[in-house]
Amino acid sequence: MAELPQSPAVDAIEISKRFKDVVAVDRVSFEVRVGEIFGLLGPNGAGKTTTIRVLVTLLPPDSGRASIFGLDAVAETMAVRRMIGYVPQQLSADGSLTGRENVMLFARLYDLPRRDRKAAVTESLELMGIADASDRLVSTYSGGMVRRLELAQALINRPRLLVLDEPTIGLDPIARTEVWERVLSLRKEAGTTILLTTHYMEEADQLCDRLALMDQGQIQASGTPAELKESVAPEATLEDVFRHYAGRHLVEEGGSFKDVRAVRRTARRLG
Amino acid sequence: MYGLSAVPRAGWADLQRAPAWWRLLISRVTTFCWVEVAKIRHDRTELYTRAIQPALWLVIFGETFTAIRAIPSGGRPYLDFMAPGVIAQSALFVAIFYGIQIIWERDAGILTKLLATPTPTSALVAGKAFGASIRSLLQAVVVVLLATLLGVHMTLNPLNYTVAIVVIVLGAAFFSTLSLTIAGIVLNRDRLMGIGQAITMPLFFASNALYPISVMPGWLQALSTINPLRYEIDALRGLLIGTPSNLPEDLAVLLLACVLGIGSSSRLLRRLSQ
Repeated sequence: MAELPQSPAVDAIEISKRFKDVVAVDRVSFEVRVGEIFGLLGPNGAGKTTTIRVLVTLLPPDSGRASIFGLDAVAETMAVRRMIGYVPQQLSADGSLTGRENVMLFARLYDLPRRDRKAAVTESLELMGIADASDRLVSTYSGGMVRRLELAQALINRPRLLVLDEPTIGLDPIARTEVWERVLSLRKEAGTTILLTTHYMEEADQLCDRLALMDQGQIQASGTPAELKESVAPEATLEDVFRHYAGRHLVEEGGSFKDVRAVRRTARRLG
Repeated sequence: MYGLSAVPRAGWADLQRAPAWWRLLISRVTTFCWVEVAKIRHDRTELYTRAIQPALWLVIFGETFTAIRAIPSGGRPYLDFMAPGVIAQSALFVAIFYGIQIIWERDAGILTKLLATPTPTSALVAGKAFGASIRSLLQAVVVVLLATLLGVHMTLNPLNYTVAIVVIVLGAAFFSTLSLTIAGIVLNRDRLMGIGQAITMPLFFASNALYPISVMPGWLQALSTINPLRYEIDALRGLLIGTPSNLPEDLAVLLLACVLGIGSSSRLLRRLSQ
């Protein structure tokens, strides 16, 4: 595969996806430039996760087109997957394996050459600061450790694009800050492009180079955090911006029954 | 900051060439076998508890029916006749509930992540199904040891055991994909448990596990011809205790069943993940 310097990391053009009567994503277009941290900001149920699932090739869009570094997500599924590291919203490492085994599983699934696997797994674990705990069963990990383990899994194929769906949901402030630091240093040192979703204003403000505000399946506004704030009022906060564009107050915590159930289930599974 | 600069991360991994489809298939099968072995090493309780049931079949049912000589067993002691049937049966009981693990992996979000890796769905299903057969194989080892302790005369030819391993793996992989297919249709654990319970006994009784096909009523004989368990047992009996069998036909049927099972469950796996 040739280098494609002129293509954006993500090019979403008029993506729509409906489930039965519900339009989850409605003609969403945005572009993520190579090397930037781009945030999709919005309340629970805004269509962020569905958009992400289309981009990482898990869902075909009903209409529209998504390309990753110039490759079509539907037509060139496998090539696109090889360029992406994906961390879903749920804490989804396998509790019945050790941390190292969890990362090794992904080293195998991304076809790393046999001779490089061991070193790559160790490198990835060290990068995320969980090398010391790597031979323990994941069921003994804290939430923040599981999240960092999942980042280690997602980094094993040295992805051009890292896709993080609500990377800090359910984490305490210290664990959250630590995940942020790892993400920031990853971009700085490795030049990885990062696309993340969040419903935390603070996270969007501090972490992202550019943002798209999403509500009810549509993108309401986009730009740098500063641009977005200026567009509303001189002293505006991101929350003001959101209220301005989405027309209702952002729900900071909570979420739908399904989300809460998923979080509780994860907690129970990790014991 | 975290020693990142010391780590060379030159180039992007996707610049490597993707493996050919058959290499990918072998890679995924060995990967999920490796995962299954790692899980068993971390927690062996299931291996011990699962040995109880086949032990009871052999010791109580087997010894009793050997004593009363009620079932024609081709001139061999009934326990000899029955042992391969118990091997196949215990492998079946492990495999038929495999879908529960997939539903659990879906609920935990693990399945989503696996589906986002560069692995075609059919290779993922094949990997999972053959990985699952590791547990069935360990069951078979337990039953062979038990049967030998009880005085069953099994072959000592290592070639026969090698082919028997292939037969057990194919059988287990098929019943795992059957379980995955049902999981893809009913989508939840409780219903899958119910259906699993409901079909294991008919599969078992419409086979030659406990009695020869020739003593069955006509309708049951007809039914047993579409039961892959019958072919698995026929092959195992021929290989392990040397009764007449049709090995090429048995292997062909099991292989075909596996291909169909992988095909149907990979079509339903995406539905399960959404």
